[in-house]
Amino acid sequence: MFRYILRRLLQMVLAFFGTTLIVYALMFAGQGDPIQALAGERPVTAAQRAYLTEKYHLDATGVGGFFYRYFDYVKSLLQGDLGQSLTGRQIGDILQAAWPITVKLALIALAVAIIFGVTAGVIAGIRRASIFDNSTLVLTLLVLGIPTIVLAPLAQYFLGVKWQLFPPTAGSEPTFYALLLPGIVLGSLSLATALRLTRTSVAENLRADYVRTARSKGLVKRRIVTVHVLRNSLIPVVTFLGVELGNLMSGAIITEGVFNIPGVGFNLFRGIRTEDGPLVVGIVSVLVVVYLVSNLVVDVLYAVLDPRIRYE
Amino acid sequence: MSDFETVAATENQAARRGPSGEPGTPNQIGAAHKPRSLAGDAWRDLRRNPIFWISLALVVIFTLMALAPGLFTTNDPSDCLLSRQHAGPSGGAIFGYDFQGCDTYSRAVHGTRASLLVGALSALGTGVIALVVGMVAGYFGRWIDAVLSRVIDVVLGIPLLLAAIVLLKRVGNASPTVRITAVIFVLAILGWTTAARVVRSSVITAKEQDYVAAARMLGAGHGRIMWRHILPNSLAPAIVVLTIALGSFIAAEATLSFLGIGLKAPTISWGQDIDTGRIHMRESATPLIVPSTFLALTVLAFIMLGDAIRDAFDPKLR
Repeated sequence: MFRYILRRLLQMVLAFFGTTLIVYALMFAGQGDPIQALAGERPVTAAQRAYLTEKYHLDATGVGGFFYRYFDYVKSLLQGDLGQSLTGRQIGDILQAAWPITVKLALIALAVAIIFGVTAGVIAGIRRASIFDNSTLVLTLLVLGIPTIVLAPLAQYFLGVKWQLFPPTAGSEPTFYALLLPGIVLGSLSLATALRLTRTSVAENLRADYVRTARSKGLVKRRIVTVHVLRNSLIPVVTFLGVELGNLMSGAIITEGVFNIPGVGFNLFRGIRTEDGPLVVGIVSVLVVVYLVSNLVVDVLYAVLDPRIRYE
Repeated sequence: MSDFETVAATENQAARRGPSGEPGTPNQIGAAHKPRSLAGDAWRDLRRNPIFWISLALVVIFTLMALAPGLFTTNDPSDCLLSRQHAGPSGGAIFGYDFQGCDTYSRAVHGTRASLLVGALSALGTGVIALVVGMVAGYFGRWIDAVLSRVIDVVLGIPLLLAAIVLLKRVGNASPTVRITAVIFVLAILGWTTAARVVRSSVITAKEQDYVAAARMLGAGHGRIMWRHILPNSLAPAIVVLTIALGSFIAAEATLSFLGIGLKAPTISWGQDIDTGRIHMRESATPLIVPSTFLALTVLAFIMLGDAIRDAFDPKLR
């Protein structure tokens, strides 16, 4: 177990350096004018140019200069210093303000996925090929197939603007009620996947030998399902939801952008729109780390939950 | 985070469960007096599946729309007059006009081409990379497989949307052709991993078959065995995965265009139109609803088509 975690940790460190190097190289290196690339299509003032040249040591040239700047970037990333956005705000401060809101939204989405997805999945798995099963299959296919950029604005229009069941946008201090509709929209994808996973794995386990044994011992169906089947069936679901929480934490760019929720994804959305290079790079770097760590946690969790998985 | 990543994650988990086609192909299941092939069985299933026919019809309609938009509308999508901003339906513009005074329906019809082009070419690029990597890894095994599998793991670990944002930011101001090529390139190099895993596992199954051993004994070289014997048998699962991928690539392109880093102004794309429609939804909702419906139907059609074919070919799911 310890060796497995160590190995995964080592892999993660490699992946971290690999991805940050790629992000960094793509954003800054090999460009005619890195400062202009940072600023996108906007003109750069002389003061901004001088500031950026000094900050990123742009006067050093060649491969040595590149790696010097890269390690400089990694060092400040690890120290939590993400630099300033083009508007002059500390990116660390922006993220600090945004993260609690994103986490709140992610938890709502996850709760929606667990409450509806897992319950419906268990029922569909037990009653395979019933009307309930078939209709959930079609419904989940629809949800999985409809892109978020369609789902979010349409939900906002119909439920928020037209029928006014929910507030159409969240303000700077979003309440639980304002986050509910975005949470449902965000969670609907995880819901559909969780439902399908639960269904398949419940249906598979119902045919397993140990269930037949339990049945022949004379146990009632309720006990077989809740104690024997569920415990094994939920392993893949838990793993999936773990990955999903990681994904959701790293900000729902579209959902937060559409519903105007000032979370991490919204800031990235705004950074892309306003062509704020440093803000985009800063947020993307942090999100990559979050993504890698959550993948690690899930892999370890998977190994702990399912003894059939060998650590080697 | 976004739909295509969730889809990728699900398929990733499916791939983790190992090769889907276990050895002992269902070819021998036919009864003694009436042998039926797997494809025949699958076709019988598909014929009775309404989802298959609906999605096939939608795919045909949208392909036609991409090839010949003139069949569906005669209005010019770039003929925009601010004076008829958000005006109601008139003269061929059955859904009225959008914020810029362009024909909403005509724009949606003409947006099909870019979407399908990006989707199809990304799927094609993905397919080529996946076939090469999957075949080489699966056929040669040993250290080649180990190295390529790690590469797949690493690429799979890169969040698609974030990587696409970083990659596409580099394109900057470029001509529409360059932009489309860039989007296709980005989607292809980030999206090939799932298909590669599927190809790899089906190649591993196929190379243990007797006919491969027979070919080897007859003196066929690696190239011939891979091209003539293994490729035809591992193509079907890859095509199914790529059909589903085509749908999610269209969704990905629309998402990137929605964010403003995918296709840009002279190119008409649903993602952009949804974004402008969204901003002005309080004045008029049709410019939002029409391209949204087109996009959702296209993506759904490809995903459902792939799903139906996969279900028909996978006896374990019945």
